[in-house]
Amino acid sequence: MTLQAFRKQSASSRLFRSFTGIEQRIAIATLAIGLLFVGVDAARAHEFKIGAIEIEHPWSRATPPGAKVGGGYLVIANDGDSDDTLVAATLESAGRTEIHQMSVDNGVMKMRPVEGGIAVPAHGKAELAPNGFHLMFMDLKQPLKQGEKVKGTLTFAKAGTVDVVFEIDAIGAMPKHEHHGDGDMPGMKMEN
Amino acid sequence: MTRRRIAAIAIAAVVALAGSAVVGYQLSDRGASTALRTGIGGPIDLPATTGKRFSTADLGGKPYAVFFGFTRCPNICPTTLSDLTLDMEQLGPLADRLQVLFVTVDPERDTPDSMKDYLSAFDPRIVGLSGTPEEIAAVAKAYRVYYEKVPTEGGDYTMNHTATVYLMDGKGELTGTLSLEEEQPTRVAKLKRLAESG
Ligand SMILES: [Cu+2]
Repeated sequence: MTLQAFRKQSASSRLFRSFTGIEQRIAIATLAIGLLFVGVDAARAHEFKIGAIEIEHPWSRATPPGAKVGGGYLVIANDGDSDDTLVAATLESAGRTEIHQMSVDNGVMKMRPVEGGIAVPAHGKAELAPNGFHLMFMDLKQPLKQGEKVKGTLTFAKAGTVDVVFEIDAIGAMPKHEHHGDGDMPGMKMEN
Repeated sequence: MTRRRIAAIAIAAVVALAGSAVVGYQLSDRGASTALRTGIGGPIDLPATTGKRFSTADLGGKPYAVFFGFTRCPNICPTTLSDLTLDMEQLGPLADRLQVLFVTVDPERDTPDSMKDYLSAFDPRIVGLSGTPEEIAAVAKAYRVYYEKVPTEGGDYTMNHTATVYLMDGKGELTGTLSLEEEQPTRVAKLKRLAESG
């Protein structure tokens, strides 16, 4: 044990001993157990990983009967030192999948295929969401139903291809995580 | 000028200002149920998901909300239809006092039958309209709706189109719009006012 670690440990045990009352110790133990569960919850979050690339919560929306298209949304985090690019994707129930960008310009909804894929900068993120970059699932063989999980893949120029599962949400659903500018809270993403 | 006179003028000025503020408030409050005189709008008479032709002339003075889209739209159109469905649920019976119309800008692929299937996921009172490309072009022109095909990789195409929901009064005149950025209470309030104007 290094001197530093020893200091840390003795400091924390001193701290714990300073809580003399049984209530105080129970409270601290409860808090510690609570934190343990937070950790378990985060580990169970809907995430996928390949190399330095981490995929958070791939999801889609339920489609009306007979609909031929759907959108795919997710957040990509790149923990690596080099840039990567999302170049392709598939969904089991779609004939093919393209990468598109949507924008609303002066009340006009515009959509265009994205040339060359979506860049994920080193130590950065890329987000695919209903009102921006998204996967466009085309030629759907059957409607996407709320509550279903549908298999698919994502292919990155450097990291390669990773199997993922898209969770199907309600027709008009919006991304679950909102940006509050205070970083990411993986445990929050499973809220429904 | 005596002090008393100055005071009288000041009081008169305050009263005048307050009066104009009240008038201004009443005008802005009436905004949603007053025709905007933009020239946007016109009669609609198209093959519908009801199995017959649908004509705004048959509405008998009922106000209507109309928007243009297509069923191969991944986001805006299903979201708008889903929003309108939730809004109509909020309005309750009042929603019967307006008509919601969804006009396709992709009539080559969206037939009244396929649209009927698609719309079954939403409020059953929403009527879908298709037609010949010429019929759709004429209606889109009247409502100043922009639409164009955008080719995709697979030799397929998607569409860019105006996503605004137009709120039309019983005389068929534009009284307001709904947009995607609005929160539900705002949309419901506008639709309520529209329904009550009929
Ligand atoms: Cu798209």
